[in-house]
Amino acid sequence: MQLAKVIGDVVVTMKDEHLHGIKLMVLQPLAPDGSAIGRTLVAVDAVGAGVGETVFFVRGKEASFPFYPTEVPTDAGIVGIVDHVDLA
Amino acid sequence: MQIARVIGTVVATQKHGKFEGAKLLLVQPVGLDDTPRGTAILAVDSVGAGVNEKVLVVIEGRAAGEALGRKAAPVDAAIIGIVDHVDTVE
Repeated sequence: MQLAKVIGDVVVTMKDEHLHGIKLMVLQPLAPDGSAIGRTLVAVDAVGAGVGETVFFVRGKEASFPFYPTEVPTDAGIVGIVDHVDLA
Repeated sequence: MQIARVIGTVVATQKHGKFEGAKLLLVQPVGLDDTPRGTAILAVDSVGAGVNEKVLVVIEGRAAGEALGRKAAPVDAAIIGIVDHVDTVE
């Protein structure tokens, strides 16, 4: 999993039927200190995240598990909203 | 698997149900000389690792789910061991 900030959402009308009713959010991955790192990506939302929130997301087929048994065609999914990060 | 150092903890109240009770740690992958490699990731902890410890991490969904012991958990990284030491010949 990786930390990210939700920086937007994506509206898609013509889409795979298994994506109906699922929110698509634009994520900017974050380093532990909160700075942006790497490329932005689009992820499905499994926890009700909103724009501006810090979240963590999972990559790979496992991103579709929250929607089981629906086989959602995704490679990234938000699975938690971060309260705080404590660094060593 | 990769060797990494635990650099922090993450607290999240609102999360997917399969994470309930799981400990989330920020880990920084490191090379054999202990220098950071790549970006830090979040891993679920299945062995009781603590901050500053050197750990063994799987970064793959199926393996991480098995480490967590929960079927169909949306995880892609897990700490599966605490490294005592690494011996290399070069």
